[in-house]
Amino acid sequence: MNLSVNIAGVTWKNPVTVASGTFGSGAEYSEFVDLSQLGAVTTKGVANIPWEGNPTPRVAETYGGMMNAIGLQNPGIDVFVKRDIPYLKEHQATIIVNVCGKSQEDYVEVVERLGDQPVDMLEINVSCPNVKEGGIAFGQNPDALYEITKAVKAKAKQPVIMKLSPNVTSIAEMARAAEAGGADAVSLINTLTGMKIDVERQAFVLANKTGGLSGPAIKPVAVRMVYETAHAVKIPIIGMGGICTAADALEFIMAGATAVSVGTANFHDPMTTMKVIAGMEDYMKRHNIEDINDLIGIVK
Amino acid sequence: MGITKITAEIVSQSSIATDVYDMRLNVGDMVQSAKPGQFVSVYSNDGSKLLPRPISICGIDQAAGELRIVYRVAGEGTKEFSTYQAGDHLDVMGPLGNGYTLKDKKAILIGGGIGIPPMLELAKQLKCEKSIVLGYRDETFLKEEFEELGDVYVSSDLGTVGIKGTVLDAIREYSVEGEIIYACGPMPMLRAVKAYAAAKGMEAQISLEERMACGIGACLGCVCKSKEVDPHTHVNNKRICKDGPVFDAEEVEI
Repeated sequence: MNLSVNIAGVTWKNPVTVASGTFGSGAEYSEFVDLSQLGAVTTKGVANIPWEGNPTPRVAETYGGMMNAIGLQNPGIDVFVKRDIPYLKEHQATIIVNVCGKSQEDYVEVVERLGDQPVDMLEINVSCPNVKEGGIAFGQNPDALYEITKAVKAKAKQPVIMKLSPNVTSIAEMARAAEAGGADAVSLINTLTGMKIDVERQAFVLANKTGGLSGPAIKPVAVRMVYETAHAVKIPIIGMGGICTAADALEFIMAGATAVSVGTANFHDPMTTMKVIAGMEDYMKRHNIEDINDLIGIVK
Repeated sequence: MGITKITAEIVSQSSIATDVYDMRLNVGDMVQSAKPGQFVSVYSNDGSKLLPRPISICGIDQAAGELRIVYRVAGEGTKEFSTYQAGDHLDVMGPLGNGYTLKDKKAILIGGGIGIPPMLELAKQLKCEKSIVLGYRDETFLKEEFEELGDVYVSSDLGTVGIKGTVLDAIREYSVEGEIIYACGPMPMLRAVKAYAAAKGMEAQISLEERMACGIGACLGCVCKSKEVDPHTHVNNKRICKDGPVFDAEEVEI
């Protein structure tokens, strides 16, 4: 039975990674998960310099999901290169580094810094709804997305995944812009911008007023967007949005994703990724499927 | 042993004040490394509620493999927990956070509201001379258990028990003295404790709370401002779930 997939020339031993921001740099979850057993570890977004992030409260539970407005707090690329990459290498993880920035120059600077590092892929976060500059600004306009993809690709030494926002009119148009800019893959969806009000206090629950909605509540939206994207571009798709079980993951794969990310579910059960992988194997046995790749986009 | 996530059996549960519940959980080996001031993440059995509720450890029974938690019903999650009885099950992860650093110094333990429960195990484990100051809204809980462990001074918002006012009013009223403060309670109380300790030149360990998601330091949801750049985050933020919840009052900006 084959669970391994190939994304832009990089072989993953199985199609399961984690959604950026839900898994720290891997170390925080290593008590629960053997990092080498994941298809890849996708790290929390890293910028050229340390970012403080947003005021608290930064997280709130919602029905079947949660909202976050962390604001991409990160220690900066210097610490990341010195501390987090060696840790992941030592644990034999396939490494995807999520890159964030406030300007095109910021993104390119981080991408260049990573050029000589032993990382396998780069994921460019142009879809964070919780920062005022950068982030989603690049991910909501196809021309801006095309430009930043091109600029990053010009300097990148590793395959580039553009992480797309669902907060757009046409995800297919955005995916085509990323593909035209030279992206090697796309990942979707990032969180949906939401809001929660505490009626007793008559105030916003999150200090940032708005936050990114994630978890099972958004899964049908995410599956639909992966399906639309799969029919719009030829580059591989990493699908995510509310995956809690193997069946959830398989929905994304059948809709056209080559791989999937487990995000919010890590907070509910730190072993979710391992259970999803085991559940996929079980499904393949039950359905006599030899190769997971045979399931990609099978539902037309 | 490190952090584990298990399905724990509820050994007993009772209501000990309005909306305050006392639950004992059989957690097996998890109890071995538990310390006063640490907490556990308790998960809802309802799939629509994904995030764990962080609840402080009130009691550690090594021999029985039991953790005791005393919590207030604050929302739908804790309301669900309050409906369970002996024999029911809950998923629990722990022990989480750092806990108090026990010092052999004359101690003042200060608990406010639902910050009172973690002081009980601390009071049990601190073998030195100690005064215990408890601030209630109106109704008391756990008070008799504290009275077996040291001198107890009580304040309440309405003056229904102890003196009317705050825990610091009680400290002044009863001239409570010590060399170190251990505190847990609402933010206004902790701010006052920090200021009091600073004015007296005393060491103070305070336990903070914040909305959490992962509970293990990964998501950066529950940070507080730190005086110095934190060695892990490399910004002036400390993770309450991992670096705390107990901090030296001087190292955090609250």
